[in-house]
Amino acid sequence: MQKKRSATKIITAILVIVITMGSCQTVKEYQKQHLNDAEMQLSSRKVQKFETSFQSYREAASGANGGKTGGGCGCN
Amino acid sequence: MIRIPFTIIGMYLSMVVFSQTKPADSLYKSKKLKLDEVNFVSGYYHQDGNNSAVTGGIGTEKLTDFANTIELKLSKYDKKFRKHDLSFEVGVDHYTSASSDKIDPHTISSASMSDTRFYPSTAWSIQNEKKGRTIGVNASFSKEFDYTSIGLGTSFTKTSKNHNTEFTGKLQAYFDTWKVIYPVELRTGGGFRGEGDSYPSSPRDSYSTSLSVSQVINKRLQILLLAEPTYQTGLLATKYQRVYFKDGCVQAENLPGKRYKIPVGLRANYFIGDRFVIRSFYRYYTDNWGVKAHTIDLEMPIKITPFVSVSPFYRFYKQIAADYFAPYGQHAASENYFTSDYDLSKFNSNFFGAGLSLAPPNGLFGMKNWNSLELRYGHYNRSNGLHSDILSLHLKFK
Repeated sequence: MQKKRSATKIITAILVIVITMGSCQTVKEYQKQHLNDAEMQLSSRKVQKFETSFQSYREAASGANGGKTGGGCGCN
Repeated sequence: MIRIPFTIIGMYLSMVVFSQTKPADSLYKSKKLKLDEVNFVSGYYHQDGNNSAVTGGIGTEKLTDFANTIELKLSKYDKKFRKHDLSFEVGVDHYTSASSDKIDPHTISSASMSDTRFYPSTAWSIQNEKKGRTIGVNASFSKEFDYTSIGLGTSFTKTSKNHNTEFTGKLQAYFDTWKVIYPVELRTGGGFRGEGDSYPSSPRDSYSTSLSVSQVINKRLQILLLAEPTYQTGLLATKYQRVYFKDGCVQAENLPGKRYKIPVGLRANYFIGDRFVIRSFYRYYTDNWGVKAHTIDLEMPIKITPFVSVSPFYRFYKQIAADYFAPYGQHAASENYFTSDYDLSKFNSNFFGAGLSLAPPNGLFGMKNWNSLELRYGHYNRSNGLHSDILSLHLKFK
């Protein structure tokens, strides 16, 4: 039952992403003044480097956020 | 112990280096290697709590860590007009830990009461701007008292012709070696006594694949979908962490020698009006130790001027405990795997704070090459009582 619920959630999430990506507009380079803003970067900021590290030490989950998923230090 | 922060040394060096460089013509593509950017990141972290794994899930978790990195970014164009990017980074962390001092409380200075980690790394990528392809390799090294790591990785990026879609694939491997240190009362000869370099060693290898797709949705919204499956093998238990059983006996933590991790993340950034940005991140995580976790991160940079912004943020995290976790004195002697490490327990955590970013077009404080300054503070609390504070600083020179 729980597996069925998880599968439904994953399928819903995938559908939302596919629909969102399907509604994309082609944005020309000269129209990207907002998208090119430093705050719009699709990665964590350099200043967050040590936050990501301590969270990977203090929490069991890691990865998919620009940090390490394992290795490199005796903490994960 | 390093007493002069890298930040101060680096600031001085970068001022010297950049004061001798000329502004590049945007149409000219330099075939000489030039210094593009220097980054300094410093962080001070302090935590406290009462669930130390070294003492079996009870006792102080007080810890402070002072970390500094310096990164140099260089680039050049080759004869085929492909862009080569090179980066070199060196980091030094120094920490003191009250719980690590309990590995052997009889010694004046135990193995990990305080330690310094040194970690250089380098990366090289070649970008073919015409074909929208980038390939790269990286290597890293990390050394602390009981842990050595060698990392190798490669990456491939393909950008669509209209530059609205980008696919990135990465392969990363870490080949690590632990010194196996047991709590003092569990050392039973055979090199486990713990004098100098007499500790035995054990490997830990980590292999990860990262696949990501970024997509521009419209003029104000872009998203990134990222999956990063990871496989770890070797010594995954921390042998100096004690576990106390129901019958009163004590053993060193024992965990399976294999772990599969599957994190999947989604980022979406949206620019509202001319002053507000919403940066959002969600991650679902699962592994074969029974841990499942959700992470939601929201940040809202507010542009006070085009070059000054304040960014309040909030992060919520929730995890289900690993199958092998039980608190102090709750494990049964019949169990094969056991830990009382509260990092693997069931908990929620909240992390909140704010950042300040300054990036004036003519440089900071009259220095043309000092491109930006970011200062960020965050407070973290966990539902089981652990709390911490972190202050970070990033200085960029261009």
